[in-house]
Amino acid sequence: MIRTPAVDVGPIVPELILVGVAVVVLLVGVIARRVEPLALLYGSLAGVAGAAAASITLWDWDGAPTVLAGTVAADRFGVVVRLIVLGSAAIGLIYGHHYFERSGEGRPELYALVLFATSGMTLIAVAADLILVFLALEILSLALYVLAGFSARLGSVEAAMKYFLLGAFSSAFFLFGVAMAYGATGSTRLVAISESLAGRTSGLALALTAMGLLAIGFAFKVSAVPFHMWTPDVYQGAPTAITAFMSAGTKVAAFAALMRVFNVTLQPLTWDWRPLVWVLAALSVIAGSVLAIAQTDIKRMLAYSSIAHAGFVLTGLTAAGETGISSALYYLIAYSLTILGAFGVVMLVSARGERRTSLASYTGLGRRSPVLAGLLTLFLLSLAGIPPTAGFIAKVGVFSAATEAGAWALALIGVIASVAAAFFYLRVIVLMFMREPEGEEETDETLVPKLVVGVAAASVLVLGVFPGLVLGFLDQAAVLRW
Amino acid sequence: MPWLTAVIFLPLIGVPVLLLWRGMTDAQARWLALVLMVADLIVAFGVLGAFDAALSGYQLVEQVDWVASVGLSYLVGIDGFSVWLVVLTAFMFPVGLIASWGTTHRVRAFMALSLLLETVVIGSFCALDLLLFFVFFEALLVPMFLIIGVWGSARRVYASLKFFLYTMLGSAFILVSTLYLWFQTSEQLGRGSFDIRQMEQLSLDVSVQRWLFVAFFVGFAVKVPIFPLHTWLPDAHTEAPTKGSIVLAALLLKAGPYGILRFNLDLFPEASKYFADAIGVLAVIGIVYGAVVAMMQSDVKRLVAYSSVSHMGFVILGIFTLTTEGMSGAVVQMVNHGLSTGLLFFAIGMLYERTHTREMGEMGGLARVTPWIAATFLVATLSSIGLPGLNNFVGEFLVILGAFGADRWLGALAVTGVVLGAVYMLWAYQRTFQGPSTERSRNLTDMLPREWAAVVPVVAAMLVIGVYPKVVLERVNPTTDGAVRWVDSVEIDQAGLPGGLRAEVQPEYRPPAGAVAASGAEEVAP
Repeated sequence: MIRTPAVDVGPIVPELILVGVAVVVLLVGVIARRVEPLALLYGSLAGVAGAAAASITLWDWDGAPTVLAGTVAADRFGVVVRLIVLGSAAIGLIYGHHYFERSGEGRPELYALVLFATSGMTLIAVAADLILVFLALEILSLALYVLAGFSARLGSVEAAMKYFLLGAFSSAFFLFGVAMAYGATGSTRLVAISESLAGRTSGLALALTAMGLLAIGFAFKVSAVPFHMWTPDVYQGAPTAITAFMSAGTKVAAFAALMRVFNVTLQPLTWDWRPLVWVLAALSVIAGSVLAIAQTDIKRMLAYSSIAHAGFVLTGLTAAGETGISSALYYLIAYSLTILGAFGVVMLVSARGERRTSLASYTGLGRRSPVLAGLLTLFLLSLAGIPPTAGFIAKVGVFSAATEAGAWALALIGVIASVAAAFFYLRVIVLMFMREPEGEEETDETLVPKLVVGVAAASVLVLGVFPGLVLGFLDQAAVLRW
Repeated sequence: MPWLTAVIFLPLIGVPVLLLWRGMTDAQARWLALVLMVADLIVAFGVLGAFDAALSGYQLVEQVDWVASVGLSYLVGIDGFSVWLVVLTAFMFPVGLIASWGTTHRVRAFMALSLLLETVVIGSFCALDLLLFFVFFEALLVPMFLIIGVWGSARRVYASLKFFLYTMLGSAFILVSTLYLWFQTSEQLGRGSFDIRQMEQLSLDVSVQRWLFVAFFVGFAVKVPIFPLHTWLPDAHTEAPTKGSIVLAALLLKAGPYGILRFNLDLFPEASKYFADAIGVLAVIGIVYGAVVAMMQSDVKRLVAYSSVSHMGFVILGIFTLTTEGMSGAVVQMVNHGLSTGLLFFAIGMLYERTHTREMGEMGGLARVTPWIAATFLVATLSSIGLPGLNNFVGEFLVILGAFGADRWLGALAVTGVVLGAVYMLWAYQRTFQGPSTERSRNLTDMLPREWAAVVPVVAAMLVIGVYPKVVLERVNPTTDGAVRWVDSVEIDQAGLPGGLRAEVQPEYRPPAGAVAASGAEEVAP
C-alpha cells in the first residue's frame, strides 16, 4: 500500500507561532513608527506564551515520532528544551525592553530579533536532520549577531563583529561536518546516518572526521575550551540584557542539538566520541574556572564561568544515553535560571547602559542595595554549586552521571575546579558585604525587572530544595524518539 | 512527634521573618532569635527524653522520599554519637547569641544567619542519608563564611575565604566518594540509594574501600582539623566575632569527628583498622604541636584556637584506639570541648568588649577589676586542662585509657599534651588576670546580667558531667560498643556477616596494636 506523505505541521506549531508573531511585530514596528514599545513587548510575550502553550500540548503527542519527511522530531525532549528556551526568551524580552528603554536606544526590531532567535533555538531542539540543525543554528546566530551589536557603543559593535566572524567560521566547520556525514552515509537524516553507521567496523574515517567537525561546530556554540575565545569578548561587549538571553538560550539550544546528534546519529560511535567529550569537559571546567579568577569585570567573569558550566554539562554527557541527557537537562535549567538572574542583577547595578560592570563597582553593594546584593549572592552560590540551590543539585546530577559512566576522574576534576571557581564567586560576595561602599552610586531599582530577577531567585531555591518537581519530567524527556 | 524535624527546622522559621520584615528593630530581632533558640533547646531536651539510652541503633528515625528516582530521601535519626551533639548545639547557640548581644552592625542579617546556621548544624548531626548530610555539611559554610567575613575583626576577609575554600576542598572528596557509593548501591542492591544503612551492606574491594576511606577522612580531617590540615583554624577562630568563635569551636569542629564516627567507621571498617595506627600518630602530633604552638601565642584568642587543635587531637586519638573506652571518651570529649572552649571564647569575648584588645600583654591584673569574668575564665581553664570534678577530666581520662590499651607510647605522648595544656592555659590566666594592672584594664564593668544568664548554665553543665558523667556515658556507650564490635568483626568473624569485604581482607593486613575487645561498657564510667 502506498501512503501519501502527510504534511503534519503539528510538531512545529510553536515555531510557526514564534515566526508569525515576529513578522507581525517587525511589520508593526516598521509601519507604525510611533507604536508604543510596551505594546510590542506585550505582543512578543504573548507570542512566547502561545508557543509555550503549543509546546506543552505536544507533551502527549501520539502521532509519528518524526514529521515533515523525518526532519522534525516530536518528542518530550523537544518540549522540555523549548520550554527552557521560551522561559529564557520571556525573561530576555523583559530585560531587553527595560534595558534599551532606559538607555534610550530602544528600537522596535529588538522584539522581532529576539523572537527570531528564539524560533531558531526551539527549532534546533527538534531538528532531526543535519540540514535543519544547521538552518536553525544559522537562524538563531544571525539574529544574535545583530542583537549583540544592538547598542551603538563601540564595544557592542566590536562584540557583534567578533561574534559574527568566529560564528561564521564555526558554521563552516559544522557544514563541512554535515557534508562529511553525508559522504560517509549518503544521508543527512539523523536516524538514517545512525542506521548506516551501526555495525560498521571499517571505513569509518569519513564518519569520524564528520564527528570531529560537528563537535567543533557545537563546541563553538556552547563555548567549550578550546573553542571559547569569543565568549568573554562577546559577553562583555554585548548589551547586558542581550548577554543574559544569549548566555542562557544559545547554550541550551546548542546543547540540545549536541545531545540529539551525539546520542542518536553518532550513537554507533559512542565509544569514539565519549573520550572527545571527556577531554572537552575537562578542559572547559579547568580553563573556565582558572581564567575567571583573573577577571576584573563581572560580565567577563560570568563569561568564563559560563565556559566552565559548559564543561559541567559535557561532564554529564560523558554518560551517553538517558542518564546523561536527563542530568544535562537539569543542569541547563538550573544554569539558565541562575545566569539570567545574575545578568539581570548586573544590568540593574549598571543602572543605565554599561556604566558599572567592573568588580570594583560592587564594593559595598550590600549596603547600598541589600536586595540586589542578596539576590546576586544567591545566584553566585548557585553557580558555585552550594546547597540548597539548584546549582548544587545540578552538579550532583552531572557528577553522578559521570561516575556511573566510569568517568569518576572527570567528576573529581569537576569538584576540584568547583572549589577554584568558588573563590571568584566568593570574591564578589566579599566585595558586596565585607567592604564599605566608596560613595553613593545609583542602582536601578525599577520594580518589574527586579521582580523577574526575584522570580528567578525563587525558582533557583525551589529547584534546589525540591528537584523532584522537574526531575520526573526530565526522566521522561530524556528518551529521544526517532 | 517528629522530634528531629522539629529540632532541625524550628530556628529556620525566623529566617524569612528577619530577612523580609524591614521595619524590625534590632532589639526585636535579637529577642526573636533568642526566643527561637531557647525554644529549640527545649525541643532538644525533648529529643533527649525521647531517646532510649539502652539501644545502640538509630532512633527517632524519620524518612520521607525527597527525590525518589535517585533514592535520595530526607532521612534523619540519631544514636549515641549524635544525641549529645544535638543537645550541645541547641545549648551553645543561645549562649553564643548572648555573647554577641551587643552587636549593632546589621543585626537582622546576623540573627537570620545565626538561625540558619543552627538549622544546618543540627541537620548535619541528624542526617542519615549521605547526600542529605552533605547538603547540610556544605550549606553551613555559607552562613559561617558571612558571619566571619562581615562581623569579624581586622583580617576577617582573609580568614573567611580561607575557611570556606579549605573546607570546600575537603568536602569535594566526600562528594565524589558519595556519588561512587551511590553508584555501587545501584549496581549491587539494584536500586540507587544514599541511605547509609543500605551502604553498610555494600561489599567493596579492599583497595576501593581504603581509597574511599581516605577521601572521606581528608574531608573530615580539614574540619576537625587534624594536623597538618589545621592552618585555617587559628585564623578563622581568631577573626570571627565571639558568637562565630563559639559556634566554630563548640560545634563546627565536631562535625569532623562526628563524620568520621558516623561514616568512616561505619562504611569502611576494614580501612578504619588499617589506617588506625597512622591516624593515631597524626592525632598525637596534633596534640603536642597544638599545645606547643599555643604556648607561644600572645593573642589570647589565638592561644585558645591552637588549644583546640590539641584537644581535637585527643578526640581523634580516642576514636582510632578503636576501643570502647577511647571511643566513648572521644564522644564525651567532643561535648566537653564544646562546653569548655565555648566558655573560654565567651570569656574572651567579654574581655574584648571591655578592653578592645586580645593581646595578653596589654591586659593584666583584670582579676581585681572584673573578678567574675576572671572566675569564669578560670573555671573554663580548669575544665580545659582536665581538673578532676570538671567535665574534661572524664573524657581525657577515657581517651588516654584507651590509648594505653592500644599503644602505650601513643598514650604516653598524649599525656604530655595534658601537661602542656596546663602550662599554657594557666599561664594565659596569669598573664591576663594577675599581675599589675595596665592602662586598659582599669574602670571596667564586671559581668552583666545577660552574661550571667549564659555563663551559669554552661558551668552547671560542666559540673554535672564532671561529677556524674554517667548521664552522658550511658547514652553513648551502647553505640560505641556497637561500633567497636562492628569494626572488630572484620577480622574476628569473617563468616556470617553481610558483604564480601570481610572475606577479602588481604594477607598483608595487620591488626591494630592490641585493640581491646569490647568489654564491659558499664564499668567504663569512673
